[in-house]
Amino acid sequence: MSEVLVLVEHADGTPKKVTFELLAAAALLGEPAAVVTGGPGSGAGLVESLTAHGAQKIYLAESPDLEDYLVAPKAEVLAGLVADKAPAAVLLAATGEGKEIAGRLAVRTGSGFLTDVVDLTADGVGTQSIFGGGITVHSRVRAGTPIFAIRPNAFAPLEQAGAGVQENVEVTLSAAAKSARVVDRQVEAKGDRPELTEAQIVVSGGRGVGSADNFSLIEALADSLDAAVGASRAATDAGWYPHQHQVGQTGVTVSPQLYVAVGISGAIQHRAGMQTSKTIVVVNKDPEAPIFELADYGVVGDLFTVVPQLTDEITKRKS
Amino acid sequence: MKIVVLVKQVPDTWSDRKLREDDRTVDRDAADAVFNEMDEHGVEEALKLKEAHGGEVTVLSMGPERATETIRKALAMGADAAVHVSDEALHGSCAVGTSAALAAALRTLEFDVVIVGTEASDARVGALGAMLGERLEIPALTGARSVTIEGTTARIERQVDAGFQTVEADLPVVISVIEKINEPRYPSFKGIMAAKKKPVQTLSLADLGLEPSTVGLAGATTEVVDFAPRPPKQQGEIITDDGSGGVKLAEFLATQKII
Repeated sequence: MSEVLVLVEHADGTPKKVTFELLAAAALLGEPAAVVTGGPGSGAGLVESLTAHGAQKIYLAESPDLEDYLVAPKAEVLAGLVADKAPAAVLLAATGEGKEIAGRLAVRTGSGFLTDVVDLTADGVGTQSIFGGGITVHSRVRAGTPIFAIRPNAFAPLEQAGAGVQENVEVTLSAAAKSARVVDRQVEAKGDRPELTEAQIVVSGGRGVGSADNFSLIEALADSLDAAVGASRAATDAGWYPHQHQVGQTGVTVSPQLYVAVGISGAIQHRAGMQTSKTIVVVNKDPEAPIFELADYGVVGDLFTVVPQLTDEITKRKS
Repeated sequence: MKIVVLVKQVPDTWSDRKLREDDRTVDRDAADAVFNEMDEHGVEEALKLKEAHGGEVTVLSMGPERATETIRKALAMGADAAVHVSDEALHGSCAVGTSAALAAALRTLEFDVVIVGTEASDARVGALGAMLGERLEIPALTGARSVTIEGTTARIERQVDAGFQTVEADLPVVISVIEKINEPRYPSFKGIMAAKKKPVQTLSLADLGLEPSTVGLAGATTEVVDFAPRPPKQQGEIITDDGSGGVKLAEFLATQKII
């Protein structure tokens, strides 16, 4: 059975959840082979959990260059492995960075790539949800080594150990790959909340929240559910919440178990980023708001009374 | 400074977007055609760079005849000239083929900076800037929320999961921008009139030296097998808050075993 390369996303010494999901998807197509890229010594701490989640092989590509330059070095490492190992496919997370690496790898290897894949068959047909979730498409790659950028939360991780055979990969990069230099990093404290794209539950606030200060209501509800906080474009454009929390077209797409939309009207712009959530609940004072069309449960009411009551009730039931 | 800004005409997100039954490509007649939003911000950023550093702004677009509407709007905003890559054989191009045609067009132009929107609202692939960097072997500074150019160095600030990064590279560069970077100007009446006289060069595949079999549907690296509209969601229970709406919502979450 051929290998299927999985580019590992990791932060703070642990693989991100999406990596385990990608290993599960890779197992559908062949033997999952994790590819770790990072600074010197970054791989050792990842081996155990990658093995526990089904990695048959683990390629360790370590070099300071993999941290100091934008995406191109990772694409080059993957292109080298595609040439050496002739994998059946390459899987990446459909994050901004993952999609860029996928595109670069496709150009380098003469392959096709599919982005935002939410399901995959053993014969390589990927499911995508396009036009704001309005149309479901089945597509396949017909050139080179198929490359799939897969949406977080699309696959359940495998709790089945692989062989975890390690192999070091020599990293020699072209000058072109080292041309976009990361010269500064500002890390924003994000607290204990889960990452937006990976969260099982997302609580989002929109125009109805009314101010940056009022987002504390959204955060309190999110914390009662161990959820991530999202925001509609109206809220981020107004500067009430940081842009990286924007859900929808031009923001992130989320697909959690539960999506709580508070004070969000549900324009197509926003629906594009959350329509595939499993369960959707809505709090909005306007009964005509289109978001109610997607609701599994909706409350027409004032969010400033409904949300604190909901937060209290959840906290009470959980204690 | 020579700046090329890429623009795309896309089906309006707010209209009823469809795929064609015959060849499973985007149905460009079903929906209103508009300027891809992030590209409008790209044009604005290009004009700002020109205002700060001098030079000229050339618009580059690939698309059918109708894309001239978008090109004229970019010219009306203040761009100086345009190149329109248009050829029947480009219909149905995948992301890889599109990047090949646009890279070929860029090779016919002189530039210090190429600006693109980070993603188009129709396909939402979000990789064109990176792919152009790969093909032209020049740096790609992607996802910019701010751009500064000093001498021969371009610097951007970009958003990442954990905060922000500052990334720099030597010219020439590709820069992809997000919509938070600026507020695009509206074309003035004078600008609209002037745009009618600005030069628009049309390039075919033959002009670019590309074989029709390498792009379009014929050369696409991916294919749509089938598609179907997502079944409409069954709306759940909607209640009006009577003072216990929060408790009832918690009750619903409990029945779903979420709490």
